[in-house]
Amino acid sequence: MNSWPILTLVVLAPWAGAALLGLRPGLGDRASRWLGLAFSLSTAALGAALLAGFDPARPGLQFVERHAWIRSLNVHYHLGLDGLSLVLVLLTAAVAPAAQLSGWGRAGPARVPTLLLLLLQGAALGVFLAQDFFPWFTCWELSLVPAYFLIRLWGGPGAARAAYQFVIYTIGGSAFLLAGFAALFASTGTFDFGQLAQLGRDGALTEQLGPWGVRAAFAGVLLGLAVKVPLWPFHTWLPPAYAAAPTGTVMLLTGVLSKMGMYGFLRLLWPLFPAQLHAAAPALLALAVAGIVLGAWAALRQEDLRRMLAYSSINHLGYCLAALFAVAAAAGGERPAAEAAAAALAGLVLQLFNHGVTAAALFLGVGILEARAGGRSGLGDFGGLRATAPALAAFAGVAFFASLGLPGLSGFVGEFLIFRGLFGLHPAAAVLALPGLLATAQFLLTAWRRVFHGPVQGAAAGFSPLTAAERSALVLLTVLMILPGVAPGILTSLTHPLVTAWAGHLTP
Amino acid sequence: MHLPVQLTWLIPTLPAAAAAVIAVVPARRPGLGAGLALAALAGSLILAVLALGGALADPATRLTHTFTWFAVGHGAIRLGWLLDPLGTLLAVMVAAVGLLIFTFSLGYLREDPRAKQFFCFLSLFAGAMLGLLLANSLLLLFVCWELVGLASYLLIGFWFQRPAAAQAARKAFITTRIGDLGLLLGLVWLQDATGTLLLFDGGRGVLEAEALSTLAGATTVGGLAVSTAIGLLLFCGAAGKSGQVPLHVWLPDAMEGPTPVSALIHAATMVAAGVFLVARVFPLLAADLALPLAPVHALSVVAAVGAVTSLFGAAVAVAQDDIKRVLAFSTVSQLGYMMLAAGTGAWTAAIFHLLTHACFKALLFLGAGSVIHATHHEQDIRRLGGLRERLPVTGATFAVGMMALAGVPFLFSGFWSKEAILHAAHGWAVSQLPFLVALAAVALTAFYMTRLLAEVFAGAPRGHGAETAHESPAVMTIPLVVLAIASVSLGFLGTPWWPWLQRTLDPTFKAEAGGAGLMAVSIALVATGILAGWTRYGRHPRSDARAPDPLARSVPRLHGALAARLGCDELYAATLGRLNAALAAAASALDRSVWDGCVRFLARLGVYAGIVSRETDEKALNGGFNAAGDGLRASGRAYARTQTGDAHGYVWMLAAGFVLLALGALLGEAR
Repeated sequence: MNSWPILTLVVLAPWAGAALLGLRPGLGDRASRWLGLAFSLSTAALGAALLAGFDPARPGLQFVERHAWIRSLNVHYHLGLDGLSLVLVLLTAAVAPAAQLSGWGRAGPARVPTLLLLLLQGAALGVFLAQDFFPWFTCWELSLVPAYFLIRLWGGPGAARAAYQFVIYTIGGSAFLLAGFAALFASTGTFDFGQLAQLGRDGALTEQLGPWGVRAAFAGVLLGLAVKVPLWPFHTWLPPAYAAAPTGTVMLLTGVLSKMGMYGFLRLLWPLFPAQLHAAAPALLALAVAGIVLGAWAALRQEDLRRMLAYSSINHLGYCLAALFAVAAAAGGERPAAEAAAAALAGLVLQLFNHGVTAAALFLGVGILEARAGGRSGLGDFGGLRATAPALAAFAGVAFFASLGLPGLSGFVGEFLIFRGLFGLHPAAAVLALPGLLATAQFLLTAWRRVFHGPVQGAAAGFSPLTAAERSALVLLTVLMILPGVAPGILTSLTHPLVTAWAGHLTP
Repeated sequence: MHLPVQLTWLIPTLPAAAAAVIAVVPARRPGLGAGLALAALAGSLILAVLALGGALADPATRLTHTFTWFAVGHGAIRLGWLLDPLGTLLAVMVAAVGLLIFTFSLGYLREDPRAKQFFCFLSLFAGAMLGLLLANSLLLLFVCWELVGLASYLLIGFWFQRPAAAQAARKAFITTRIGDLGLLLGLVWLQDATGTLLLFDGGRGVLEAEALSTLAGATTVGGLAVSTAIGLLLFCGAAGKSGQVPLHVWLPDAMEGPTPVSALIHAATMVAAGVFLVARVFPLLAADLALPLAPVHALSVVAAVGAVTSLFGAAVAVAQDDIKRVLAFSTVSQLGYMMLAAGTGAWTAAIFHLLTHACFKALLFLGAGSVIHATHHEQDIRRLGGLRERLPVTGATFAVGMMALAGVPFLFSGFWSKEAILHAAHGWAVSQLPFLVALAAVALTAFYMTRLLAEVFAGAPRGHGAETAHESPAVMTIPLVVLAIASVSLGFLGTPWWPWLQRTLDPTFKAEAGGAGLMAVSIALVATGILAGWTRYGRHPRSDARAPDPLARSVPRLHGALAARLGCDELYAATLGRLNAALAAAASALDRSVWDGCVRFLARLGVYAGIVSRETDEKALNGGFNAAGDGLRASGRAYARTQTGDAHGYVWMLAAGFVLLALGALLGEAR
């Protein structure tokens, strides 16, 4: 059962880098940056090894490591990886080095922020790989600590309040999540996701906790995850946090940490509470659609690139949530919905990866602008940038169009599959979500016109060319926006059996 | 020698690959990009001709090649290529007209430092457009459909530093996207209802009998057949792309792009993609005709929209003063004709007109480009005039294009294709209204084209640009001559006596007898239009640029309304634009006041509860609130300390915590 502990290595490698940086206080900026980049690339190297050893035909967990940890509490050190985890590990592998590179141009000591980014990376990987609540929740909460300090100490204006709100709000959600799992543990005596899911499928959880007990546990877990993703209207912490966080941090926040919540929905909430989620799904679907449409409309109102992209993230993750809730709502229904459900779920996983890469690229672009404009990122602070910074415009153009779902780039396939599934499962939701696609095009192209087109004005004049670090990060992310758009099979093949199995559970 | 259907992908990929190569090669050799673009498109043209040969050799069997894009669930998303007369004929047209316009651009953009980018975008467009025409899957068609939209966006905004160009590009993309969302919804519905988006798939495609009878047999909201609803959704996309009322507003503004772009994309090819889509999915649109009790037939909507658009465009074109805007509204009107034809069932007539229109409208736009080039970017017809002697080749070819568009009888292609449309509209069983509207548009078309020709080429120059004009170089005039020849000769492919084109496109096509009376009526209307135009603008050319338009003198209010494009833009801004802005404001306000307010209220409640509980029973609540309080205090201290720059202590604590955790894990294992 226990293979060579490659998953432990995946989690520990960035932390080892952080420890190394922590133990060498005198380390110079240059050495810190290279060290940080090298250790953040460990995920890519190990991810390649995982990809080589991964058997896509098997829907279950692979590379499993399971050891007893705290016997008195029946806690296990249990890591495992399926297609979903693998996709998210690969996403982390791409975004984390880009996030490291984004900070190379910044003045000031590099050691501590580099260290904190590595801690964040390791914690996110732990969340994607842990199969027992105890290590999972540890990593879940640990991710907040470096994020807090990064925002608080290196953030822009309003960072203090934003960091505080971000941490308190998320911890508030997590408290409910913890309480929910405490209730589950009290009645079942296990923290193991696999075992709990089995109990959830059998209906044994309802028997042991009672109908109201299980509902309360479900609500607690739901709340914790809903805040993290975020599900509308639990999203108000996000725009200030994204507006204030330093570039590398916000890249990891939107690229990777926002996926933790969605991963929790798929790994915890849905398997453990299928009946409860089914019952709540219509209401949750309405919230998800509200997030899609209102998120896009709110983005249209923003005068700051960061806040606009923050709302765009709410909109894009809304598609993922809508897909999941539509599938959950249709479970056990009369419509022969397995094909639509498979499309929605396949689209969901694609959207997770694609949004992670695209949003990270967009925020990287904003960071590059800010670095040259004295920290300004207002839509009105620039103009005609395409004339003075053609290379940045080309990269940013790919990211903008990937974000609005242009076919040929990554965003389209996920959104097409989600809409195809959503329409098959819940046509009204698909129709109501459509204005979100239009408003997305509208705010992205309006921002594009104001910042990149028109006569050169504001901070666009005298724009210094991209540095090698910025260029490498942009090239990496751009390749990952084009490749899955042309050949989505490279990602869907990893999750295909898993998604088919999920969709297969729907038919009773 | 015919092109094997498995190699169809080469036709769109050659220009697309050229675009990719041009994008990444450095800009040091300006000629390299243009040469590569031309060579790739020439290659596509040769392959398209070979493909057409294969399709014509046996029009009844459709050559298809299907492949799996990726697997989903128990099925897969499959894409494919299709070589049939409709697609290959148009592919040959696009590649041929494209090649001429690429050549013309060599001269037109000779001095532009960003010519490399221009050819990159043009090649991207050509690749996507060819893919659109040859796709055997509505999904692949949609992919290419959006990519031509991207190319259009990039090229309208090619001179992006001009605010008007930047604005027009954005408007074009967003307006067409409104239609495209309908198209997307139609696609997902179709996929859900039939399980495929392939057009022809050995009996299982969406255009084949089995799927069509399923779709026509089911009903949905409002008693519509599912096929009607899906058909209308697909038509939304077609209407957006082809500038049909009410989604036409982007097309005249798209004239901000360089003139070769207007010729290729916004006259000859991309804007006709909507008509092509209607022709492509015609069996689906026509599936509800067998249901006499249906509340509305999809094709009737197509015909009605086409009729309104044809009259609207022609009327507004009468009062425009910019040479390109006149031609743009003319394009709107002509696309309306094509839709009208398709709606009345004569999709072959629509394609016939699409082909002839592509040639003569490309000719007119390139002629306009030659005028603009020669007069140092003068586009206002009031300041032109007298160019007949100064630009002899441009003038003569422009006159050919004008006569083809106006429908001057017998020699010019536009006459024959327009005649086929009028014939179909006349024979439509549902209503004669579209026919009468189309007749009115015929007279108006002849009128505004005569006006344009007279204002630009007759009389004396009325501006500095026109006075100093010289004929454009051969690289620009040769494409004009070639297109002029095509604008004459193409018409003979579809005359009533030898309707080769219609029979090739649709083997079941039957030429109907009669129509001499109809022809006489339309010739009389053309003559009236030309005569009215000539008496007002040709016989007494305006004396100087500031002299008012004769129509503005005789019917000032009507002229003013038409010149203002009947206020569509203002109407949209006042209604939809405001609604959208209000919703955006509401969404933003909801966040700031309601949800953020809730959060702040909860936070205060928490603090208050903490104080109350501490005062009443400190020990009982030791765990929760004290911990929260401690946390608050700790973070308060952290604030204080971080402000002195001392964050290292915390990082050290974090590191220590991680070490402890790791130790715990190891110890737990050892036990």
